[in-house]
Amino acid sequence: MPGATAQTAARRASHVPVQPGVPLLSVQDLTIGIRGSAGRSVAIVEGVSFDVAPGQRMGIVGESGSGKSLTLRAIAGLLPKPVEVLSGRVEYGGADLLTMPAKKRRTLMGPEIAMIFQEPMTALNPVVRVGDQIAEGPRRHLGMSAKEAGELAVSMMARTGIPDPRRRARAYPHELSGGLRQRIMIAMAVSCGPRLLLCDEPTTALDVTVQLQVLRLLERLCSDTGTSLVFVTHDLAVINQTCSELAVMYAGHIVESGRVAEVFRQPRHPYTRGLLESAPDFDRPDRELIPIPGFPPNVADRPAGCPFAPRCGYVRDHCTEAMPPLAEVAPGRLSACYESDRLTEVLA
Amino acid sequence: MTTAGTDTAMLRVTGLTKTYSLGTSWLSRLTSRGSTTLTALDGVDLDLRPGEILALVGESGSGKSTLAKILVGSTAATSGEVRHRGASAPARRDKESSRRVQMVFQDPYSSLNPRLTVGAMLAELLLLHRVVPRREVRTESVRLLNLVGLEEDVLGAYPSQFSGGQRQRLAIARALAVRPDVLIADEPVSALDVSVQATILELFADLRARLGLSILFIAHNLAVVQHLADRVAVMYLGRIVEVAPTAQLFAAPRHPYTRALIDSIPRMTEGSVNDEFELDGEPPSPYDVPAGCRFHPRCPLAGDICRANDPPLLAVGPAHQSACLKAGELALIPLPEPTQEHA
Amino acid sequence: MTTAAVATATRAMRRPARSRSLKAWYRNGTLVAGLVIVGLLVLVAVLAPLLTPYDPIKQDLQNSLLSPSADHWLGTDKYGRDVLTRLLYGARVDLRVGFLAVLIPFVIGSVLGALAGYFGGWFDTIVMRVVDVFFAFPFYVLVIVLVFVFGNGEKSIYLAIAAVSWVAYAKIMRGELLVAKKQDYVVAARLGGMSHGRILVKHIAPNVLSQALIYAMSDIVMDIMAIVTLGYLGLGIAPPTPEWGSMILDGQEFITTQWLQATIPGLAVVVTSLGLSLLGDGLSDLLSPERRK
Repeated sequence: MPGATAQTAARRASHVPVQPGVPLLSVQDLTIGIRGSAGRSVAIVEGVSFDVAPGQRMGIVGESGSGKSLTLRAIAGLLPKPVEVLSGRVEYGGADLLTMPAKKRRTLMGPEIAMIFQEPMTALNPVVRVGDQIAEGPRRHLGMSAKEAGELAVSMMARTGIPDPRRRARAYPHELSGGLRQRIMIAMAVSCGPRLLLCDEPTTALDVTVQLQVLRLLERLCSDTGTSLVFVTHDLAVINQTCSELAVMYAGHIVESGRVAEVFRQPRHPYTRGLLESAPDFDRPDRELIPIPGFPPNVADRPAGCPFAPRCGYVRDHCTEAMPPLAEVAPGRLSACYESDRLTEVLA
Repeated sequence: MTTAGTDTAMLRVTGLTKTYSLGTSWLSRLTSRGSTTLTALDGVDLDLRPGEILALVGESGSGKSTLAKILVGSTAATSGEVRHRGASAPARRDKESSRRVQMVFQDPYSSLNPRLTVGAMLAELLLLHRVVPRREVRTESVRLLNLVGLEEDVLGAYPSQFSGGQRQRLAIARALAVRPDVLIADEPVSALDVSVQATILELFADLRARLGLSILFIAHNLAVVQHLADRVAVMYLGRIVEVAPTAQLFAAPRHPYTRALIDSIPRMTEGSVNDEFELDGEPPSPYDVPAGCRFHPRCPLAGDICRANDPPLLAVGPAHQSACLKAGELALIPLPEPTQEHA
Repeated sequence: MTTAAVATATRAMRRPARSRSLKAWYRNGTLVAGLVIVGLLVLVAVLAPLLTPYDPIKQDLQNSLLSPSADHWLGTDKYGRDVLTRLLYGARVDLRVGFLAVLIPFVIGSVLGALAGYFGGWFDTIVMRVVDVFFAFPFYVLVIVLVFVFGNGEKSIYLAIAAVSWVAYAKIMRGELLVAKKQDYVVAARLGGMSHGRILVKHIAPNVLSQALIYAMSDIVMDIMAIVTLGYLGLGIAPPTPEWGSMILDGQEFITTQWLQATIPGLAVVVTSLGLSLLGDGLSDLLSPERRK
């Protein structure tokens, strides 16, 4: 198995040099939305910026409609029509993916950047044997022969913990269980040895015991190969078990970011705090759940100022006037809240 | 409570089985390839006590949704019995027997008729069951809405005008309209946004306290269950494998599957990682339930005795039942921090 | 997640600063256009006796095959009858037969399909076998056979069309019901102690009928085409009743000298079809709001 990795690494014609100290992925002021006539555009995601260093595991947490999935899809170039990037940059190893010719960008997808989806059944081709689907990437991008790529596929399947990989490689997606299909997706994603793995709620459709297995697998693959991870989910606990860095999204904005442990210990944005206090924590069964009043705003009529203001317990007059900028509140900690100084309590 | 005699349960399920025959064409019968019988429930015994919240947990295919369907009467059991307040509940419910056990569905988007206003939806039920006289229908509807945290002004609105959390409140109001004794809630928060889940959980706790409802709460999120339920029943492949009061179940699980479930819960606390009890493989197909203990192929403790015997659900402590031949051995393996060992 | 965000954003895009009614009108432009065309046609058909001084049937052989003039805007046919008059009276026949021919199969097919889909079991099996049998026949062949059996005339056309086209409604409604009956709100209505009849009529029908209704619009077009085709083949409504199909057939002889005679009724068919298609499209926009999962 290590042989396979070495082989992939050697085969890979590096498209993008990685310099030390430079982030592998840098999203800058990304605005995603629907372009309207006469400049009347609707932004669904607004001014999102974050960096992912080589080997770093970054989680993006948010509710439905927060724009977390769209952000991920914009990085992968998979925005659903009519949604498009309205402004901003997505730099991979210093090169802007958005202005890059489509052909060049495609050559990066697979060998450099790979994506794992929530529902593997819809992401896999139902009429192609799973082994052949895994082998397709290495054949196209690494120039492997069918036989080599087939061998690689089997070894990748073994690495993702699929029992009896040689037999399973000949199966069609519908013949496999949800957990196995997600492993196939992962094997497919890592088959060309990408340096950046994008995950869109990869375990939401799985049972808890299987979820644990898949999370462990992702963690192991990333730490073995130094792959960076951007992991989108609505589940704070899942982020805690997979990622080191965290960005919290609300109504199309990043409202807080920092190291996972620090954000969990001492959230500096009222929304993050609300999420942490309203989610049941298995380790603290007696803690009272404090629900966040109200519900997330409609993308269409977001209030002026801070989008969380109508639900916020810390709200003051200036909150409804202008969107607070995402600013450093402590080393490595960013929060988009005028009142972040009042949020210093450490959650037990 | 009514004439239940010694039966103190609100709902009592005994020996419930449900099998589905699939692929019954003559060709598949002729070739007899594999098993074509799906065993959704395989001898389930369970009590729901008056005024309690009993959580039913298990992975997909464990049969928990099938059990819910049988309890509300939308599917008939293959064999076994459901008793409601000591009286046998007919498989085919009439207006009165269906009234007493109501259900809250997982997806609040498909559970409300898009073409009925909130007022029309409630009024229809109130009139059909003669809950209140016609002239009091509006007052009663408002009372129901207030009960679930909504106001009178939503009476004329259609479901599409509400968010997921509000829809779930409406669905709960509808279930309460006919004044049931029992509420079956099938994953009622898993389709909702994280930040509104807590408000719905609170609502269930509140309704139980105010109305004395008995609630069967079906869930897969154990952190939610731990927070809300009085007792927990764990299902695996069509069978209840462990039942215990919530705190006891999580502190001292006596079935290895429960133990594995607990260890699989993604934790919020840093360093609370769980290595002891990771399971191999995935739940086997309900078409092909393993012989002996149904959990043995994935069980780290499985021995020859487990492959040979199908363990019944037996008492392992006060109010605590487990279907494991090695329940005693399991009790000796400490749980990871910060939950405490109970020996 | 993503789709929800996109849906709300798309809806937001549609919310211009104009008035609501104007927006509604614009969004339903097809519906309005369809209504105007079909409405005018119906009006013309109803008012035909007032719009023309001529008799559509009485022959006037001395004035046969006249070119368009101030007296006869579209000329006369080989029996000296005013073409415009026959066109207007033809609209009466074709529209009436088109609408009525849809009504019977719409009702029978929808009810049978709905019951089959809702209850399933042996009833479903029987209905669907019968559907398969009817479906296996080519439409026109079956219609022609039935017209031969029942003889020419409106009644046989109704019967013939009903016999073949109920199948489509049955299939549509059965499919809709199979989906609808699994919806949680239907299960909830069952748990509410409601009878099957009440659930079908009050809870399911309003949610599923739109599909059959939209199909009915295009079906009227098909039926009018069928009547015209049968008329053209000489199997339709018996002469001398004015009818577009037989007008095309009659005018065809003189296509080189009096080309209007065959072309004008053909155009009438095209305009009618267009109007009904627009109406159907508009209805489907109106009746199928974003079906949220």
